[in-house]
Amino acid sequence: MREVAVVGCGMTKFGELWEKSLRDIFVEAALKAIDDAGVDHIDSMYVGAMTPGLFVGQEHISALMADYLGIAPIPAMRVESACCSSGMALRLGLFEISSGYSDIVLVGGVEKMNDGADATYALATAADQEYEVYQGVTFPGLYALIARAHMHRYGTTREQLAAVSVKNHHNGTMNPNAQFQREVTLEQVMNATLVADPLTVLDSSPVSDGAACVVLTSVDFAKQLKVPSVKILGSGAATDTLALHNREDITTLKAVKLSGKAAYKMAGIKPSDIDVAEVHDCFSIAEICIIEELGFTEKGKGGPFTEQGNTALEGKIPVNPSGGLKSKGHPVGATGIAQVVEVVEQLRGNAGKRQVKNAKIGLTQNMGGSGGSSVVHIFTTT
Amino acid sequence: MPSPTYRREMPQRYRLEAAKCKKCGKLFFPPRLVCAGCGSKEFDKTKLSETGTILSHTMIRVAPADFATQVPYAIAIVESDNGVRVTTQVVDCKPEDLEIGKKVKFIFRKLYEEGHTGIICYGYKTVLV
Amino acid sequence: MVGIVGYGSYLPRYRIKVEEIAHQWGRDPVTVKRGLMLNEKTVPGMDEDTITISVEAAKNALKRANIDPAEIGALYVGSESHPYAVKPSGTVVAEALGAVPNVHIADYEFACKAGTEAMFVAYGLVKADLVKYALAIGADTSQGAPGDALEFSASAGGSAFIFGKEGVIAEVLDTFSYTTDTPDFWRREGAFYPLHGGRFTGEPAYFKHILGAAKAILDKSGYKPADFAYAVFHMPNGKFPLTAGKRLGFTKAQMEPGWIVPLMGNTYSGSSPTGFAATLDIAKPDDLILLVSFGSGAGSDAFIFKMTKRIDDVRDKAEKLKSMLENNRIYLDYGQYAKYRGKIIMNE
Repeated sequence: MREVAVVGCGMTKFGELWEKSLRDIFVEAALKAIDDAGVDHIDSMYVGAMTPGLFVGQEHISALMADYLGIAPIPAMRVESACCSSGMALRLGLFEISSGYSDIVLVGGVEKMNDGADATYALATAADQEYEVYQGVTFPGLYALIARAHMHRYGTTREQLAAVSVKNHHNGTMNPNAQFQREVTLEQVMNATLVADPLTVLDSSPVSDGAACVVLTSVDFAKQLKVPSVKILGSGAATDTLALHNREDITTLKAVKLSGKAAYKMAGIKPSDIDVAEVHDCFSIAEICIIEELGFTEKGKGGPFTEQGNTALEGKIPVNPSGGLKSKGHPVGATGIAQVVEVVEQLRGNAGKRQVKNAKIGLTQNMGGSGGSSVVHIFTTT
Repeated sequence: MPSPTYRREMPQRYRLEAAKCKKCGKLFFPPRLVCAGCGSKEFDKTKLSETGTILSHTMIRVAPADFATQVPYAIAIVESDNGVRVTTQVVDCKPEDLEIGKKVKFIFRKLYEEGHTGIICYGYKTVLV
Repeated sequence: MVGIVGYGSYLPRYRIKVEEIAHQWGRDPVTVKRGLMLNEKTVPGMDEDTITISVEAAKNALKRANIDPAEIGALYVGSESHPYAVKPSGTVVAEALGAVPNVHIADYEFACKAGTEAMFVAYGLVKADLVKYALAIGADTSQGAPGDALEFSASAGGSAFIFGKEGVIAEVLDTFSYTTDTPDFWRREGAFYPLHGGRFTGEPAYFKHILGAAKAILDKSGYKPADFAYAVFHMPNGKFPLTAGKRLGFTKAQMEPGWIVPLMGNTYSGSSPTGFAATLDIAKPDDLILLVSFGSGAGSDAFIFKMTKRIDDVRDKAEKLKSMLENNRIYLDYGQYAKYRGKIIMNE
């Protein structure tokens, strides 16, 4: 098995990209990544996307993107695992290089959510269509159910939820690719329009357009390239019941816990070794649960841990220096690779004002649905 | 939702039919082909209890198009008295009436209509007892 | 002995007061209330219709009948607000109750008497030994045009009756139907609201048929008004049934328990059946009850029931009508009511 490195990365700005199409944004991010890596060809490609069919009526985007990127006839495949589609795509790219099948693999993610589709409906297809969605539940609704139970069981407060958004918006002000580059206050988050009680619109990641891509090679191959590379140290993925209600404990994201465990094991490290993490804060409560499952704090303590500043840029374990899904934006299929782009730039020391000092080991955690799937990757400087 | 899918789910949606693993006794709603508890493939037909308890709840204020005229509406995770959990609406109540631990009973209601000309979709919801 | 072995009702929790409707249309609430003898009416929730009301009423009837739903050989839903123009309400109800597939199903429509029509046929099938049990339902989410007199009364609810030969709680002693072609009230295919002939709905329609059916069944059976513990007449408003009863020689006390219209409104096909269910809630063994429905178009079905001892065993097995009528009411303003009843033009 060969060791694998990320040798190039690129992303579009996230947001409402009215002037650009699905294919435009993917090609833009891919060209940036290829240029960044300095490679002259691509052997194979994986594209993560949740539901371009529902968002813009386009499936079969593997061939479409290879065509428009000018790299056809290379093999290309679309990967879908709801909001962790591109995180899972990275895993496949890793396997393909690790196994020796290919030398240079492009892995990307894309979603165009603002082209007029019913985004609430499209996103809800990641939940159990017959037994959750049929009842009228939405994604904010599912996370609100988790939030209410977490508050009830662990005493997590409304302020602590809001603290996640305040922190991530603050980080986003330093990220030129972020959809929102403005601060929000605790009061603004708590008093914003309710989406699904107790979550407000400022607890929720936005509807976004965007794409992100990375180029993978073997570590040995990377040495021939004259670019700073970042090694993939660990990869873990897991699933859980699709329907939230079927879990023994709805405050526990078991797939996150198990995917983290597997990645830590493969990397041979423990949670306290992580210097910087990009996690799937699709809603404020999600970040609180995830930092518990990944072992950054104890189960039930995610609220106070956040409130005390431990996950801030200068805290014990900086979480979502990019601004996270909340402020950077959440074009669902692109999110997993956008997290990798951020961690790679952090480990390369290229993160500008939001640079985490002495970041040597970074983690990305990307989640599908209400936690039905999760994928974790651990990276280190080479 | 195409009519074939709708009809196939009727035993669950209309009558709360569930499956009980013959080997380990675990209940599944909807019924499954393989027991997630013990791997057994043999089940007895059973039903959810008609009452249950709220484990968590929310008010949906931004809904998909089919549900848009119903907002705000309450959604809860309810555990039936025989231990099966479902996601379900709690209707005919105010947001402040909802609390974790409150008892509900299952009732038969309309979930949504496929516009003015499509099929009408029925199923279970709950009301506070 | 053939008769009812189980009965049950269902009323939505939502209400609108007569004052609220009168205010909307610039009418004087005091004279409207006095003229129609109505205070408020039930309104279906946005997720309720004739089918959901029928299912809940039938479930209550099954609790009292204590029979296996699979033994129901016939199931009839009478309504003038079947949710589908083509596709039966009864199949949904039967599926929800677990009465499928060995069951005969039909939807009935005869303005406000579709419920008793279902009862009439259900009774006949059991009596003829064609089925063991037959379930008859009268339910409606009644329509009344905005600003029309009907808007003060048109309400929602229904009742279900299971007929059988074993475990009878109310034996059917006699029946009679009285029918002519009288265009007093109608709704054309595709029309949203019914039209009516104003005062023509009174003497030549309601009273002619109610009195015709009642007098005929009394003559046929040999009973006199004084022999009855209770009498229930169709309730398009508060006034008509009391006037009809008085003309036939019944007292207010005999009619009072079934005279639920001031708080319920007119549930069309569910009106007299629900008044009858409210009467069963308080009737004692051996009591005689007269039930006379009326449906525009026009006709009346009359029944004479005799209570058995079993009523005392089953009465408390489901919620009683008085409790549904008086408890847990949620009041709507006219705007909410208009939204709930689909009276607002929306984009598709």
